[in-house]
Amino acid sequence: MTAYSFRLYVTGQTERSQAAEANLRALCESRLPGRYELEVVDAAERPGLAEEQRILATPTVVRLAPLPQRRVIGDLSDHHRAAYALGLPERPGPDPARG
Amino acid sequence: MNGSDTIERLATGISGFDQVALGGLPRGRTTLVTGSSGSGKTLFAVEFLARGIFRSGEPGLFVTFEETPDDLRRNWASLGFPIRQWESEGKWAFVDASADLEEAPVIGAYDFGALAARIGHAARQISATRVAVDSLDAVFTRFADPGVVRHELARIAAALEKAEVTAVITAERADEYDHVSRYGVEEFVLDNVVILRNVLAHERRRRTVEVVKMRGAPHRTGEWLFTIDPRDGLVVIPLAFLVPPFAPASQVRVSSGNTELDQMCGGGFFKDAIVMLVGPSGAGKTLTCLKFIAAGLQGGERCLAFTFDESREQVRRNAVGWGIDLDSAEESGLLRIVCDYPEVASLEDHFLRIRRAIEEHKPDRLVIDTLSALERIVSPRALLDFVIALGAVVRQHGITTLFTSAPAGRFTPLLTPSIAGEVASLTDVTITLRYFEQVGEIRRAIAVMQTRGSAHDPSIRQVTIDGDGMHIAEPVPGPAGILSGTSLVTQPGMTDPAAPESPQPDG
Repeated sequence: MTAYSFRLYVTGQTERSQAAEANLRALCESRLPGRYELEVVDAAERPGLAEEQRILATPTVVRLAPLPQRRVIGDLSDHHRAAYALGLPERPGPDPARG
Repeated sequence: MNGSDTIERLATGISGFDQVALGGLPRGRTTLVTGSSGSGKTLFAVEFLARGIFRSGEPGLFVTFEETPDDLRRNWASLGFPIRQWESEGKWAFVDASADLEEAPVIGAYDFGALAARIGHAARQISATRVAVDSLDAVFTRFADPGVVRHELARIAAALEKAEVTAVITAERADEYDHVSRYGVEEFVLDNVVILRNVLAHERRRRTVEVVKMRGAPHRTGEWLFTIDPRDGLVVIPLAFLVPPFAPASQVRVSSGNTELDQMCGGGFFKDAIVMLVGPSGAGKTLTCLKFIAAGLQGGERCLAFTFDESREQVRRNAVGWGIDLDSAEESGLLRIVCDYPEVASLEDHFLRIRRAIEEHKPDRLVIDTLSALERIVSPRALLDFVIALGAVVRQHGITTLFTSAPAGRFTPLLTPSIAGEVASLTDVTITLRYFEQVGEIRRAIAVMQTRGSAHDPSIRQVTIDGDGMHIAEPVPGPAGILSGTSLVTQPGMTDPAAPESPQPDG
């Protein structure tokens, strides 16, 4: 089973940050139950990490695994588009998303 | 916006720019530098940081949206900016926001919080006092909604102001003479705006810098020529009034190299005089230049000559013909001759070469033969700027300077009056050589016009040239018209009224 790993960059505990995290968690729970990791990084607190990944805009979610990396900017309010852009499988199942 | 009335300046260290901006950029503020593609924006941003480090070890932060840090390090090493070394010393840092990554799709609302955090973090790490952001347009092309981008960049600009760093932000302009910037970024950094231009005029590139506005602070208006020098980077050409006002003061006289001409000038040129010699081809300009140099060399003075008309071999041969040995003078180090074709460089670059040669050779005498040749590459206005700028340099060093010009050129009494006036006010002595017609013969005449307080001979005198050089004889008898170009056989009263500066011989 492919393990998914995400890092969500936000700046501060704003409504937008919280919306992004909630949207991402909801997506993962519905599409990748039990096989994903999610780390939330506050760029204001850990700017070095944002520098490393050269993050410009927040929120930005980076799919660290599976490779290749993918990133999506925004609060992910459109779940369908977000799932597609992050390469999530259609519904819970054994097949990992391709590419 | 603090309460103080006067805005302190931060000298950028960019050659000539601080004089135009009357001291530099407003300290602790953000200045927008806009220009079309290739106008030198990135160089301005890079130099702003580099000069700060060179001058006073001020740490600088470079936020790059366009070129990668690697490209920047490599590109500017050629100008002698050791960016990599500065990074290791904590004097320079990059925030890399360049766009070599694949663009991420945008889904929902976002802001530039991470970028702001990175800039703040990096600035704190090196205690940056200068920040450069280059260039905003790259951000606009990466995000679809210009409204959001503008709003977010405005927040970053506001944060920079709050942090009291002095910042330069660059942005692109679509046209040379249109809106300040392509994406309307001037809306949020509208206090201080500098425009760089790179226009094609008369088939030549012409770079100018203009300080459009500077909050509550005086600055020079108008466009200023600048060049991008492979050694000195961005160099704004300083005009005459950019140097401290200088009153010609020397009472010491030096020989022109011609005894009779010395007499006409009241005993030679003043040591710090700028002399303009105007005459048609063959009238004796080059001879006068050579004698002027020879007189200097004889007295052990250092001489520097630029010739734009002749090859080195021609100059040498000419000199030998008059018994002047330039070769040994050059070998001894007293003399330096530079032969250049005007077309090999832009006028600004010629200016820099001459200025550099003056700084290196430290001459007592300078000859430029001829300004007319430079007219081939520029407009009259630009050439006037050049003469003014050069005048400022030679005055600063108190160099006896001899310029030559052909009368068909623009530095003659036939100039448009305003330019003629400006040149006349710049030079201390104008010597005019002319051909005229008398009893079926072409003869030569010379006249001296002096603008500085000293008695001189106002008459127009005949000149003969033989194997020994130039001989000045009796005043030319008869009616007027030599200087204005009409011959002596014209009737009295036909003097050209368009040449008011010409001294009129008593008829």
